[in-house]
Amino acid sequence: MEIRKLRRTMLFCPATNPTMYIDAQMYKPDCILFDLEDAVRYDEKDAARDLLAEAIKTLNFGNIEVFARINPLYTEFGAEDVKVLVPAGLRRMRLPMCEKVEQVIELDKLLTEVEREHGIEEGSCQIQCSLETPLGVWNALEIATASPRVTTISFGAEDYTRLLGVDRTKDASELQFARQKIANAASIAKVDAIDTVWADFKDIDGFVNEVKYARQIGFAGKSCIHPSQVGQVHDVFTPNLEDVEKSLVIIEAAEKAGIEKGGVVQVNGKMVDIPVIEKARRIVGLAKAAGLIK
Amino acid sequence: MAKNKVGIEIPEEIKGYRSGFKGYAGAFETEATGTTKVKKIRTSKPGQSKLLSSLEEAIKKSGLEDGMTISFHHHLRNGDFVLNKVMKVIAEMGIKDLTVAASSLTKAHEPLLGHIRNGVVSGLETSGLRGQIAEEMSRNAIMDKPIIFRSHGARARAIEAGELAIDVAFIAAPTCDPMGNMNGREGENAFGSMGYPQSDAEHANCVIAVTDNIQPFPLQTISIPMTNVDYVVEIDKIGDPSKIATGATRITSNPKDLFIAEQAAKVLIASGEIKEGFSFQAGSGGPSLAVCKFMREYMLENKITGSFSSGGVVQVGVDFLEEGLFKTLLDVQTFDGGAAASLLRNSNHVEMSATMYANPHNKGCVAHQLDVMILSATEIDTNFNINSLTASTGMIMGAIGGAQDTAAGAGLTVVVAPSMRGRLPIVMDKVTNVVTPGDTIDILVTERGVCVNPRRTDLIEKFEAAGIELKDIVALKEEVESFTGKPTKNEYTDKIVGVIEYRDGTVIDVIRQIKTKKA
Repeated sequence: MEIRKLRRTMLFCPATNPTMYIDAQMYKPDCILFDLEDAVRYDEKDAARDLLAEAIKTLNFGNIEVFARINPLYTEFGAEDVKVLVPAGLRRMRLPMCEKVEQVIELDKLLTEVEREHGIEEGSCQIQCSLETPLGVWNALEIATASPRVTTISFGAEDYTRLLGVDRTKDASELQFARQKIANAASIAKVDAIDTVWADFKDIDGFVNEVKYARQIGFAGKSCIHPSQVGQVHDVFTPNLEDVEKSLVIIEAAEKAGIEKGGVVQVNGKMVDIPVIEKARRIVGLAKAAGLIK
Repeated sequence: MAKNKVGIEIPEEIKGYRSGFKGYAGAFETEATGTTKVKKIRTSKPGQSKLLSSLEEAIKKSGLEDGMTISFHHHLRNGDFVLNKVMKVIAEMGIKDLTVAASSLTKAHEPLLGHIRNGVVSGLETSGLRGQIAEEMSRNAIMDKPIIFRSHGARARAIEAGELAIDVAFIAAPTCDPMGNMNGREGENAFGSMGYPQSDAEHANCVIAVTDNIQPFPLQTISIPMTNVDYVVEIDKIGDPSKIATGATRITSNPKDLFIAEQAAKVLIASGEIKEGFSFQAGSGGPSLAVCKFMREYMLENKITGSFSSGGVVQVGVDFLEEGLFKTLLDVQTFDGGAAASLLRNSNHVEMSATMYANPHNKGCVAHQLDVMILSATEIDTNFNINSLTASTGMIMGAIGGAQDTAAGAGLTVVVAPSMRGRLPIVMDKVTNVVTPGDTIDILVTERGVCVNPRRTDLIEKFEAAGIELKDIVALKEEVESFTGKPTKNEYTDKIVGVIEYRDGTVIDVIRQIKTKKA
C-alpha cells in the first residue's frame, strides 16, 4: 500500500529568525513554512531571503517538507524569491493571496524558466495556493487544477474575513462556506487542503475543537502559528489504535474475500463494501505515515 | 597539585583559603570527623531588654571588630535592604577587613563593591554571585581572598562544623517580638520560609534580629527562637518582597523550554519513578519548572499522589499541594507571594532549615529522601559534570543553590537544558567549572535528544523498552558543534578568585582570574 505523505501540520517560522531554522525541526511538524511575506519587514526582505537560501543549502530537514511563503509575484520581491530560492534547493512554495488561475500560471511559467536555467528537473517545484480572499475561495477548484505543480491549497481566514467585511469569531460560522468549498475543491483536484491558523495559541481547547472540525470536513492539515500546536494537531489527525486495528481487519477480510473491485463481505457482524474498504485504507495509510504501525 | 575525582587539578594550598582541605573524592567518599562548633554560654536575667535603638548600637554591643565574619540571608533576594543598610553603618564605624558570609548575593547587593574597594570587606562566602562584584572579581581579582562558593546544604554544614565561623549574624525578620522570637511569614514584608539563617542563629557568636515589625511577646509562630538571639533592632523597612519573584519562578511559555520539559516528563514517566508516594523537586528556571506542567497531567490521569515536594517553593508547588498531588510541601525558601501566603495558611506547607534541607553531615536531610530531582544547567560536559556558576567566558554569573545537594541525594537526577543558547554550545567536552559532579547526574534532556549517564544501565534498558530514543552525549555534543562551531578556550591567570566547595567541604573546582587580552 502506498504511504501518502502527511501534511497534518505546517509550522510557520519567520524567515528572519536564524534560531528557528535549526529549532523548528525538533517539534517534528510534517511541513515547515518559512515566511518571507507578512512576518518580514519591508527593509528585511532581502536579508530574510538570503538567510533562507543559505539555510536550505546547509541544513538537513530530514523527512520534513520545507515550504517558503514567497511574496506575491505582483510585488517587487516575489519573482526574486523564486529565482534565488529554487537554485538554493527550495522545491515547495506557498503563493499568497492567490485569486485567479492566471496567477498560478504565472508562477508555473517562472518556475519552469528557473528549472530550465539551473538544470533542475522540470515540474519538480510544487505550489501551494493560499486562498485568502472571497474571490480566491470562489475560484478554489480552478486554482487547484490550474497546474500539476499545485499539490496543496490553503485557507487564510484573516484577509478573507477582512475583505468579507465580517469579524472572525470563535464559532467560525463566517468561515463555514469557505472551508467547505476549499475542502471540496481539494478533494476534486486530489490535492491537500490546509486550514487557516489559530492565533490564540493559549486557548488550547478552542484550537483543538477547530482542528477536529477541519479534519471532519476534509482538511488534510492545519497551519500552526506556534510550535506547541504541532503535537495538538497530530493528536487529532493521527487515528487511534482501535480504529487502525479495525481497519486492518476490514482490509484483510476484503482481500481474502476478493471483493476489492465490488461486492460485500461481513466483518464482525457489519457489512463491508468498497467505500468502507477505502476508508479503512485511508486510516491505515495515515497510521503508517504517522509511524503508528509499520 | 593533584587531580580530584572530576579531573580538576587542585593546588595543595590556596592563598586566602583554609589549609588542610581535600579535593573532591566522590559524593559520599569523604567521611566527616570531629565535633560540631561549640559556642560560648550566654545568660539572661529577668527584665533584661534586647531592644536596641539603632544598628550602630547593636554592632557596638556585638563586639564586631576588624577581621571578623558577619552573615546575612537572602530570602528577600533582589528586594533585600538589610545587608546594604548594615554594611553602610559598619563602614561608617570604620570597621575593616570583614568577611561577608551570605546565604547568597543578588544584584541588590551591588553596594558591597564599594565596601570591598574601601577595605571594609575583604572576603565573601556565598552560594552565588552576579553583576558588578562578580565581574570585578572575575576580571580584576579585587580581593586577595578567593570567594568561597557553597551549596545551601554545604553552608549549613560549614557553619555547624566551624569552617564558617560567624561572629555576628544579621537576620532580617519581617516579624519579631522584643525577645527576638521571629518568623518570615507574617508582616508587611513577609518573605515566607526562614530556612537559611537558622544555622547562623544556632551557631553565630552574636545574633542580631533586624526587623520592621515588632509584635508583642510572645510571637505565636516562631522560626528562630529567642534562645539564639542577642539583640533586636527596628529599622524602617527590611526590604521589598515584590522583588523576590523573578521570571524564573513562573512556568515558561518559551516553546523550546516547554518542548524540553515535555520530553523530560516522558523520561520521568518511562523511568517508573512517578508513582504513588514519590518525592520530587524541581529547580527554578525555564524548562525545569515546566516539567511540573506535564507531570501534573500524568499524575491526575493516573490518580497518583506524591509524598512531598521540596526546595525553593513557588506557586506551582502550592498548586500541586492544594490539588492533592503531593501531601506535603517542604520549604527552605519561598519564591513568590502565592507561596508565602500558602505557608501562612496551610499546615501541610512546612518550613525547613537549610540543614534539614540538604546538609550531608547531620543525622538526616530531606535531599537524601528525594526520588526525583530536576535541575537546570549553564553548561554540561560529556562526563555529565554541570556548571551553574560561571559563564563560558569564565565570568562568575550564577549560583550553586541546592544543585549539589539534591543531585547527590535524589534517586533520579535529571538535567534539563537547551543544547545551545544563542551561538554557544551548552553540551561540551569540558565545562568551564565543575559545580555538580557528573557521578551524581543520571540523565540529560535537551531539545536535541536524551542522554543517559552510562553508569545507569538500568535506565537505558527501561527507556529502550518504552521506545524513548536515546543519544550518546558525545554524539549530541558533536551535533551541537556542527551548528555552533567549537568554541576557543579562554585564558586565565594563575590567580584563584573563587573556590567551589563540594557539599562535604572538599574542593571540587577553583575559579581563576580571566586573562585580559591586550589590545
